[in-house]
Parts: sequence; structure tokens; C-alpha cells
Amino acid sequence: MQIVIASGKGGTGKSTVAANLAWSRAQEAPVTLVDCDVEEPNLHLFFPGGHTDTPVTRLVPAFDSERCTRCGDCGRFCRFGAIAVLKDRVLFFPEICHSCGGCALVCPNAAITERPISLGRIEERHPLPELRLISGVMNEGEAVGIPVIQAAKEAAAGDAAIILDSSPGTACPVIETVKGSDVCVLVTEATPFGLHDLKLAAEVVSSLGVPACVVINRSCGDEDETEAFCREQGLPVFLRIPFSREIAAVQNRGGLISRDLPDWQAAFAGLYEQVIALAEVQR
Amino acid sequence: MKICVTAKESGIDAQVEERFGRAPYFVFIDEETGDAATVLNTGAGGAGGVGIKSAQIMVDNGAKVVITGQVGGNANSALSAAGIAVYTYRAGGSVKDAVAAYQAGTLQRIL
Repeated sequence: MQIVIASGKGGTGKSTVAANLAWSRAQEAPVTLVDCDVEEPNLHLFFPGGHTDTPVTRLVPAFDSERCTRCGDCGRFCRFGAIAVLKDRVLFFPEICHSCGGCALVCPNAAITERPISLGRIEERHPLPELRLISGVMNEGEAVGIPVIQAAKEAAAGDAAIILDSSPGTACPVIETVKGSDVCVLVTEATPFGLHDLKLAAEVVSSLGVPACVVINRSCGDEDETEAFCREQGLPVFLRIPFSREIAAVQNRGGLISRDLPDWQAAFAGLYEQVIALAEVQR
Repeated sequence: MKICVTAKESGIDAQVEERFGRAPYFVFIDEETGDAATVLNTGAGGAGGVGIKSAQIMVDNGAKVVITGQVGGNANSALSAAGIAVYTYRAGGSVKDAVAAYQAGTLQRIL
């Protein structure tokens, strides 16, 4: 079972929901939490402790200057402009290379081979006996994080219960994360911006054929428009996390409300049950 | 020696384009013969790598000098590796005006 936590908008409390859902589930059964927000992973902040690293690499061309005749075929082929062929040498710009491997294919002199370079890493932690945390971390300055997301999902593949925390927004990294999941939890807040971005996220998730439900964070009890939208779209609202000083205090010190506040462990365990039930009904 | 001026249109009467990688046209002028040839920058609308692709066009067409407004970091690396001098022209005139200013020695060399 693969659950993905998404939100159209940053700062809605996606990581809060993911971390608390995983923590409360881990009290009963094994669960794997995967941080797919590879540009800014933050779930490990809830679970301090040591980790093991596995590098994530991508392939870029290596040019054999003996074999290369400076014919320029590779540079003409590269639609991203990562290769410039001068009279006496080849210039290569790894940061704009998309690792397609096409240059090696078109080289008439077999002068191009592919070599791995670092793109990021996968950090693995075991903060609780039943909780495995996998964080995808992209190197600073890297343009494309998709392979790190794929590696993080790959590291979790085969585990019984997987919770993926996606990056905010609706761009490629979110789609890569949502793809292949059984159910999506959309986290929103009852503001005009929250609703606007919830609409976009709901559209993306539905176009990927993943059933979805909603969690309203910082709920003030005045969320008619959000509720109306969810009704229209057939999106069940499974949990409301109130806007309260007590909850904010726990969050501010990096705590987990499911662990630190009575009732919230049961609330998140209940959310988990409802989410699983939704995935099974829709299947 | 061949000079390239980045331009908004084709020909020596076209206005100078201040962007290098995204210049719509490159006008190549042969200083000895006075011949001018315009090359369409097919990569001008690309998502990225336009500076490097444009630098490649300079190399392929044998330019030794480029006159433009400014160049970005990657284009800068490629042009300097290729030993091509870059001069900045921001007076808003035509390709012809830019070449005249270069020949009069009034342009600032940026690379």
C-alpha cells in the first residue's frame, strides 16, 4: 500500500501530516516513510539520529580526445546545449546535461563513453523499531531531482506500507512522486490561496487516476468554500487539525502532535484506517 | 578577420540585439572584403543552453570577435575557451554602427 501526501501549496502542513501519520502507524505495524521533497527534505527533523547514505548518480558523457575528430555531431545533437565542439577540444557543461546518452549514440568514432557523477544521496534512518525513514537529498545546484525521487521510491519498494511526502506544488517532482501510488492525501488550509492550490493539486492527482481525500490544517471552523469544493469533487475530508496554540507549541519545538498530545495518536491512526479504506474501495 | 554582431533582424542595417544567447540573428561581417552574412539563431527560443549553442555558431562560422550587449556565464566559458573576443555595444544603433564603433576603437572589451 502506497500513500502519497501532497498539497498544491507549500507550508500547508504536508510534512506534519506525513510524520504524524507514520509515527502513529508505527505504534502498531511496520511503516516506511519516504521524503520525496528532494530539494528541501525535512522529515528527518522530526526524527533525529544517525543515518546511512547511498549515493545517487547519473550518467554524463566522457570524451576520448584521441578518438574524437571534433566533427561536432554530439554538439549538434544535444538539444540542451551542453556540448560545444571547438577546433582543438570539446567543452562539456554537466549542469545542463540531461543524461539522455544521445551524444554517445551519434558519435561516429566511438569517442564518447558514459561515466557516473553524483546527483544526490539517499539517507536511511530507523528512528523507531517499526519505522523506516528514507530521505532523498538532491545536491545543491543540481537542476533535475527526478532521479533522486525515483531512487528514494526504489529504496522503499516492496515494503508493506509506504507513505510518500511529496514536494509542494504540482510540477514534475510531484507527478513523479504521485505516480503509481494507491491513494493521495491532499493537505490544505482553509484560505483562498489554499483552496486555489488544492484545486490544482486535485486535478493533477485525478488525472493520474489516484483516489484522493483531504486533510484541512489550521482549521478555524470557517471553511465552507473548501468543504463545498470537496463535496463537488467527491473528495472526503478525513481530518481537521485545528488552529490552536497548543498544537503550534508542539510544532514549533519540532515535536509530533501524535506523540506529544493525547488524542492525536488515535486521530492519525483513524486517518490511516480511512485512507486505506478509500484506496480499497476505489480499487 | 570575421566579426559577429548580434541582431534583431537580418542584414547590416538591423538593430543590435543586446542579448547574446537569445539573439534572433547573428550578422557575420568579413573585415577584409566587407561581406555580410546573416545566420538565423535557431536555438534562440530554447529552454536552456542557448549561450553555449550560440558560442558554437560563432566557432563554426569562424568569428574572432563578437559584438553584443552581454553574455551569460556558460557562453562566457565557451567563448573564452574558443579564444573569441567579446565587446559590448549598448548605444542602440544598427549592426553597421556597432562595427564602425568597434573599428574606431571606442567599444569596451568584456572578454
